[in-house]
Amino acid sequence: MNGPETLSSETALLAALRNGDEDAFSALVDTYGAAMRRVALTFVRSSAVADEVVQEAWLGALRGLDRFEGRSALRTWLLRIVANVARTHAVREARTVPFSSLELAEHEPALPPDRFQGPDEQHPHRWVSFPRPWPAEPDSALLSAETRKLIADTIAGLPDGQRVVISLRDVEGWDSAEVCSVLELSETNQRVLLHRARSKVRAALERHLTTEST
Amino acid sequence: MNDEFKCQEMIEVVTDYLDDGMPPEERQRFERHLSYCAGCSTYVEQMRETIRQTGTIPREESLPPSLREEIVAQFRNWRRG
Repeated sequence: MNGPETLSSETALLAALRNGDEDAFSALVDTYGAAMRRVALTFVRSSAVADEVVQEAWLGALRGLDRFEGRSALRTWLLRIVANVARTHAVREARTVPFSSLELAEHEPALPPDRFQGPDEQHPHRWVSFPRPWPAEPDSALLSAETRKLIADTIAGLPDGQRVVISLRDVEGWDSAEVCSVLELSETNQRVLLHRARSKVRAALERHLTTEST
Repeated sequence: MNDEFKCQEMIEVVTDYLDDGMPPEERQRFERHLSYCAGCSTYVEQMRETIRQTGTIPREESLPPSLREEIVAQFRNWRRG
């Protein structure tokens, strides 16, 4: 994602921005603005606050333009700025601090222990009964829309760290290196949060899809 | 046989597996378990399906026009110094 073409066009773009070229700036806003706003929304939820965050982030980027040394891609640099501004706002909104050690320290099994046989049973730690296969994807667009809403609602209800990580990884499609870099998370912690989030979304789909078919 | 994964352990390392975060030896043990356990195979398949479905949630592809305008106005101010 950071090939020579990107780098040379980014160098030209940066020069244009430093010269105050409004067309270059507008093009940059059109390229990364929507992604930045989605990142802001994964932290703060209210769209009014997200808009403030995005504006503040652009201002911060402009002020930091001279300090941008091109060591990361422009995209990653912008996303890191918006993530930092959004995190500050989220704290100010008196919501819990994302990625708090509290959230990571809690032990959270992917499934309730009663899905597995106890230590004294015939096959300890094996399935009590296998997960039931899900029906093939329904053809009806309505059912798919319903499934997507269920996923979106489940993600919205996750603890902050899990919600942000699954949104960036699986909704936005970022790779883990980028998520770790932007959120300043270790690879291990990122994976723990992602695992918990995905496990909960799977469990929600399981409840939805297997209740429906009975 | 003692180093075999138990089902309850499998479901906790499935993200390591899908994210290529497993040392080769562990990966082999994981795949060995999958080869004989239908329950865990279904589970891993459902995690893959979950990731796929999550990727289809609709996303906002552009900025609200008024916000875009404000950001560009901010740029003009910044340029003026």
